[in-house]
Amino acid sequence: MNKDFILSAIEEKFPEVISSILEPHGLLTLEIPVANIKPLIQFLKEDEKTNFIFLTDICGVHYPGKGDKEFAVVYHLHNLEANFRLRLKTFVGRENMHVPSMMDIYSGANWMERETFDFYGILFDGHSNLKRILNVEDMTYFPMRKEYPLEDGTRTDKDDRFFGRDGNDNVTFDDKKALARDNG
Amino acid sequence: MEEIKIVEAPQGMQGEGFFATKLGDIIGLARANSLWPLPFATSCCGIEFMATMGSNYDLARFGMERMSFSPRQADLLLVAGTIAKKMGPILRQVYEQMAEPKWVIAVGACACSGGIFDTYSVLQGIDKVVPVDVYVPGCPPRPEQILDGIMKIQELVKDESIRRRYSQEYKTLLESYNIS
Amino acid sequence: MDSTIKKVTSDYVADSMDGELATLNLGPTHPATHGIFQNILKMDGERIHSAEQTIGYIHRAFEKIAERRPYNQITPLTDRLNYCSSPINNLGWDMTVEKLIGIEVPKKVDYLRVIIMELARISDHLVCNSVIGVDTGALTGFTYIFQERERIYEIFEEVCGARLTTNIGRIGGFERDFNAIAYHKIKLFLKDFPKRFADFENLLERNRIFMDRVINAGSISAERALNYGFTGPNLRATGVDYDVRVMNPYSSYQDFDFKVPIGESGDTYDRFMVRQEEIKQSLSIIAQALDKMPAGPFHADVPEFYLPPKEKVYSSMEALIYHFKIVMGEMDIPEGEVYFPVEGGNGELGFYLISDGGRTPYRLHFRRPCFIYYQAYPEMIKGSLLSDAIVTMSSLNVIAGELDA
Repeated sequence: MNKDFILSAIEEKFPEVISSILEPHGLLTLEIPVANIKPLIQFLKEDEKTNFIFLTDICGVHYPGKGDKEFAVVYHLHNLEANFRLRLKTFVGRENMHVPSMMDIYSGANWMERETFDFYGILFDGHSNLKRILNVEDMTYFPMRKEYPLEDGTRTDKDDRFFGRDGNDNVTFDDKKALARDNG
Repeated sequence: MEEIKIVEAPQGMQGEGFFATKLGDIIGLARANSLWPLPFATSCCGIEFMATMGSNYDLARFGMERMSFSPRQADLLLVAGTIAKKMGPILRQVYEQMAEPKWVIAVGACACSGGIFDTYSVLQGIDKVVPVDVYVPGCPPRPEQILDGIMKIQELVKDESIRRRYSQEYKTLLESYNIS
Repeated sequence: MDSTIKKVTSDYVADSMDGELATLNLGPTHPATHGIFQNILKMDGERIHSAEQTIGYIHRAFEKIAERRPYNQITPLTDRLNYCSSPINNLGWDMTVEKLIGIEVPKKVDYLRVIIMELARISDHLVCNSVIGVDTGALTGFTYIFQERERIYEIFEEVCGARLTTNIGRIGGFERDFNAIAYHKIKLFLKDFPKRFADFENLLERNRIFMDRVINAGSISAERALNYGFTGPNLRATGVDYDVRVMNPYSSYQDFDFKVPIGESGDTYDRFMVRQEEIKQSLSIIAQALDKMPAGPFHADVPEFYLPPKEKVYSSMEALIYHFKIVMGEMDIPEGEVYFPVEGGNGELGFYLISDGGRTPYRLHFRRPCFIYYQAYPEMIKGSLLSDAIVTMSSLNVIAGELDA
């Protein structure tokens, strides 16, 4: 099994579906539109010629400012018998963040998709239990998006000057210490 | 035969078959050498704690042979590892379920101050939710450091007044944490 | 905070009022769950009907932190993933970056890495197996085995200075060569450990009580395991011989002769026995690596990514510049995306790294084996007794750091 075999097998069933073919560091990477991703993955798993029975990982990536291609969902598949790995990417924009869920094809996709939802807010249609998995349930934002900071914004006991930031310019160092003391 | 080192007895009056001292000293001595810890081990520091419990750095010789996993029967809440904001209420609940007198030791940089995880999801130190008696820094602290922390707790326990838990100062401390 | 507690408590009361199923909270703080994750079990007497899992109690946002740290500062972060075998995570990360940059390390580095990774694997499996013993009541094994882990810690300390969170290895090799004391300790370990491990084996492997407790507890079939994405000893216990060291060899694993143990029924006893056998195979690999150790440098010749020696920094201009750039985190990492799997203690630990040419990764995602196979837990314990569920959980070797990242 090699790259040409997979590409011709996909081309036979799903003509003109692949938007881009790359092979970064030896791993075949295909870009597929959202409408075709689920039938394609189902075909790749169930067909004996391709036989990608193992879903290695699903994750999300955020490319801010790219319009319709702002959020990527990346699937890593693995054919264990032929030892061939495949990476599929699909892109969605901020307005329409719906991607079909792979839960009925691979049971392992359950938590992987919940994690992607938790971090980026990508909605997986057909998922039985799409709620936050790692963060607190009542969190209002999706933390892995590039616009949100890493640190907790509500800390009062850190002096931003020592960290090279200049937030809170009008609060002096002594005021902040007093704030920290009062808040315990 | 080498000179055997004997621990100093507390201050008191000694006579033929009796030893009179303050009640507080005796109770402190008894409490300090028979603390029952509640290992609240969450992450990597938990593994170092397990190594401390093992036979190389034995914790049992300090009287902590029996780990209590039920807060109702524990004296010492030993928090080892990162406490996330999701875990904060549970830590608080466990602390409130413990009966007085109780002590808290924060083992590891994450429990002391959030450690290397200055993120939106990690509690920056457990002293944001419970009052802490001893902080053991380290990432993870070596078992010798954990034992040093335990010994400091033992000193605190030994020297604590038996009326401390009813004092106004302690009540203010608890109120500052909103613990009723 | 208080409202969260009240909401959760009232859910339990309501559920237990309707129907005949009792609700049991195998809560985050529990002596038998080695790590903090919660299972709310619906039980019919002693049998488990269903389980609802909550994880994330130790979510530390590794992936977000990694977007802010230069490449050599992410190594201590990877330590804290599977902290029972942290060298494997460190070296896996180093190898990922080396693949991205295109660095070829000398053979000696590969062999040294193999020794360290196999020691870490032994350390991880020892924890898991002794804890399975503890959960069935055999506490003696635990105390004896932890003494052996101290010897492994001593070896790590000799090489890198730390016991548990090792931060071992650098991009391009090791920070220092193994000295004579380290080699001596490794040889002593290889000589003494099998005898003491034999004691542990005799305690549990053919022990009537242990076998009655763990055989047929929490079994899963190979098809379901593959569907869930199981890897590592848990998958091999079901009969599928997928080992990343054999399938996608890295760090010269193809030079070593070792067997991959597999089980049959995927139950707790098979997982226990697969790990026992893997410990023995790891010992054999370490012995082979010591025998065949090639001569050579302990790091690749890449001064842009590997700190030059201090004497050169004080005398040569290029070395000074490289030192400055590396320490300030301004290394010239090329653009690209790479997925690099290593065989961790629990299975395929994958590093998916997208770099945009900047000083920090654009996106780093850890494919964590614990996170993926722990999803199968409700299916594995459906219909079993509570005590079987406890033993199943400890045999899955769920490490909370790797679960939540």
